Amino acid sequence: MSIATASYAAYVVAALLFILALAGLSKHETARAGNSFGILGMAIALVATVTKVVDDGLDALPVVLLIGAVIVGAAVGLWRARVVEMTGMPELIALLHSFVGLAAVLVGWNGYLHTEHEPHGLEARRLAVEDLLGVHSAEVFIGVFIGAVTFTGSIVAFLKLSARISSKPMMLPGKNFLNVGALVVFLALTVWFVADPQLWLLVAVTAIALLLGWHLVASIGGGDMPVVVSMLNSYSGWAAAASGFLLDNPLLIITGALVGSSGAYLSYIMCKAMNRSFISVIAGGFGIEAGPADDTDYGEHREIKADEAAELLADASSVIITPGYGMAVAQAQYPVADLTAKLRAKGVEVRFGIHPVAGRLPGHMNVLLAEAKVPYDIVLEMDEINDDFPDTDVVLVIGANDTVNPAAAEDPGSPIAGMPVLEVWNAKDVIVFKRSMATGYAGVQNPLFFRENTRMLFGDAKERVEDILRDLG
Amino acid sequence: MLIGIPRETRPGETLVAATAKTATQLTQLGYDVVVESGAGDAADQADSAFTDADIRVGSADDVWAADVVVKVNAPTQEELGRLRPGATIISMMAPMRSPELVEQLSQAGVTALAMDAVPRISRAQSMDVLSSMANVAGYRAVVESAHEFGRMFTGQVTAAGKINPARVFVVGAGVAGLAAIGAASAMGAIVRAFDVRPEVAEQVESMGAQFVEVELESEVSSDGYAKEMTEEQQQATAAMYDEEARAADIVITTALIPGRPAPKLITAETVAGMRGGSVIVDMAAANGGNVEGTETDQRVVTDNGVTILGYTDLAGRLAAQTSQLYGTNVVNLLKLLTPEKDGQLTLDMDDVVQRGMTVTKDGEVMWPPPAVQVSAAPKPVAAKAGPAEEEKKGPRLTERGRLSLVGALALLLFLLIALAPAGLQLNLTVFALAIVIGYYVIGHVHHALHTPLMSVTNAISGIIVVGALVQLGFDNTAITILAAFATLLASINVFGGFAVTRRMLGMFSRS
Repeated sequence: MSIATASYAAYVVAALLFILALAGLSKHETARAGNSFGILGMAIALVATVTKVVDDGLDALPVVLLIGAVIVGAAVGLWRARVVEMTGMPELIALLHSFVGLAAVLVGWNGYLHTEHEPHGLEARRLAVEDLLGVHSAEVFIGVFIGAVTFTGSIVAFLKLSARISSKPMMLPGKNFLNVGALVVFLALTVWFVADPQLWLLVAVTAIALLLGWHLVASIGGGDMPVVVSMLNSYSGWAAAASGFLLDNPLLIITGALVGSSGAYLSYIMCKAMNRSFISVIAGGFGIEAGPADDTDYGEHREIKADEAAELLADASSVIITPGYGMAVAQAQYPVADLTAKLRAKGVEVRFGIHPVAGRLPGHMNVLLAEAKVPYDIVLEMDEINDDFPDTDVVLVIGANDTVNPAAAEDPGSPIAGMPVLEVWNAKDVIVFKRSMATGYAGVQNPLFFRENTRMLFGDAKERVEDILRDLG
Repeated sequence: MLIGIPRETRPGETLVAATAKTATQLTQLGYDVVVESGAGDAADQADSAFTDADIRVGSADDVWAADVVVKVNAPTQEELGRLRPGATIISMMAPMRSPELVEQLSQAGVTALAMDAVPRISRAQSMDVLSSMANVAGYRAVVESAHEFGRMFTGQVTAAGKINPARVFVVGAGVAGLAAIGAASAMGAIVRAFDVRPEVAEQVESMGAQFVEVELESEVSSDGYAKEMTEEQQQATAAMYDEEARAADIVITTALIPGRPAPKLITAETVAGMRGGSVIVDMAAANGGNVEGTETDQRVVTDNGVTILGYTDLAGRLAAQTSQLYGTNVVNLLKLLTPEKDGQLTLDMDDVVQRGMTVTKDGEVMWPPPAVQVSAAPKPVAAKAGPAEEEKKGPRLTERGRLSLVGALALLLFLLIALAPAGLQLNLTVFALAIVIGYYVIGHVHHALHTPLMSVTNAISGIIVVGALVQLGFDNTAITILAAFATLLASINVFGGFAVTRRMLGMFSRS
């Protein structure tokens, strides 16, 4: 057993541990064990790699850099992980994606500098003998391209999610043409680069990919962010896999493929939950389809005050709460959790109904509610709870709009027609917490607000829930 | 205000406009209610049922002197004469088809609200008597057919031999059709159904039936102008009706076109080709019938032993149920008309629902109402069949499509790996297998854990640190610096990702 074979074996073990980590996350009971498997796998992989690198002979400077980089990176990572608010999870995840993307770009560039840039170097001659030099060039190019798209795409997603730039979709003329054009240019340059690996070609493709990533995400609106974030998750995986091909490293390939397909699957689930095709999400927001004329007469909406709402809740025997992104914005999860605890103490059955695309991240609402110590077994997903609305006394819609819009189920002309929604209107009473009568992300008016069993509770969701808590006594 | 519930005078009518339960609900809206003695006898609502619920039972004169009279059928000339001027009458009226009734209502100087003219918008669904009645009628149609049918609906294997399940074919998947499908499949029959609107296939399947598709040899024109069925489509559809009806034991037809006679879908020739003992229930009999040979309100037995039922009172045959639903629709309407719950009926002519059903207001003719804005109105719920647009939905993946897709992908993968240099083959193998494993592993992840899943995948995609570490060893300053930077970034991911996942998972707790 040499160090080389031992490290290869360690990579295989680490890859299996990563698979176990993902499998463990399928259930609450095993999720923590899954995370530990992931940490163990990562530790094995790092020890094996460092041993191998040191064994291959390492100067003093790289060793110092290695230790320094890992220590600084670990410190930054652990610090961010400790202080991040759960409402800020989407931003953090987007930012982490961008790091993987940038790292993949750097690894790709290094691959070029090490090989193609020194045509008479050891590595280049070895590859030339095996007739793999062209393949290597292509791998460099693809890796850099995917990495750069992931990098700028995630940066834009991060900026949008943290409201540093407007979350409105950017509408450049001929944006689909720009996207497809960038891909075509990329393919052409790849062929050129394989034939003649010039430095300027690598610079050009890096620039094109950076611009493409920026444009791709900038032209997608805020409400589509669950899809975008999971799509970028997928890209970051493919970027890692491309680096794996470049370095001939099976662990990177396996891990990249796992992450890539997991992100793709999540994007698919999110798209299905919005009843839209992946292409139409990528091609831009709802803005393309003209919304329905707003002169439709939906009738009058009725208001309710916090004390009346408290009375209604106190008399109810079953309550369902359907939160949306608005709850995260208003930071209302803590008072909502208190309300839940109080009502449960009074013997009221309280449950939560979560739409798959509620929030800005897949599963975002679940994390927020968990943070506020709402037990997860009363937090149900849409399919589990939709049949129970007719037997429910009161539904509290907190900061959700499109995901509870009856037009999706009943009005075939609606832009969101066919999207599966939480059928809250079947309950006896519905209380909608909302700032104003403005429309949701899809720009569609919500007939729910005008139903006879719906009452509107206007104002900041957090303050209103706190009012109700006070009135419940 | 006083609400009067009279006894229906139409011969054979079994329904009543209020049950003890719905009358009580009316009193909760602030109204006084008086029911004519004997009004509910045929619907299991004896006078005692009302008096037990503290609802006054009175004579016909008491009832007709009320401020608001609620009944089921349109008022006769004589009944109108008994109404006080200025009173309100609520019933089914079919104002579109009976201009003379509108005239009489106007002369009587009353306010008339037609229960069967509720606009078909979602807000008004709770008052839609046509849907309520169609639902009951669809159910009853199955019961009637089962009664006529000489065999069982459900299939069994018994010691005395095998019983084949009955085959039921339902035409039109509106409210009545869907109710019939649900009832027949609950009784164990094999149900197949057709509707010209292919988009209802999902609803049909959700009720337990198989949706019959018309196979067309040529492509449907996709220019958006194909409003009329082409001759070819009509032929194909007719052939389908013939084939399905002949194969069926029970045929239930519900096809109606608003404002036109019902389309003839099942020909005499088809009926003649059906097996003896088969039963046809023609729910469109009131509008001429979908079946050649239907006689309105009659039971007809053809020469080859096929029974054709043309009953138009299917809903009335379940009088207690239909009366309860009708009464609830009335309560929902009066809830809308009594916003203050003070027993004062107020009509708001700006509300599309109220405007839509108002036939006359204090003697002034209000019919027909302005059209409801299309954007607010879902498509009519009524079953429609016959000449109409034949649309194709987006391509659904059939088994053959799935096979060819997998085949194409397999071929692509084969070519990719076969053409790849030997050094790359192993890597591609690993890559392909890992993608498949990833897909299956993630497919089982609980929805609530998607965010932790993303942060874990974030952490493990920090594995790119391995690549950066390897490159640190390359003897080149530029490479070393870039690699160190990549190591730094990837380390943030690894440590940050795992730590934040751990923190999140720690928050999830059971009650």
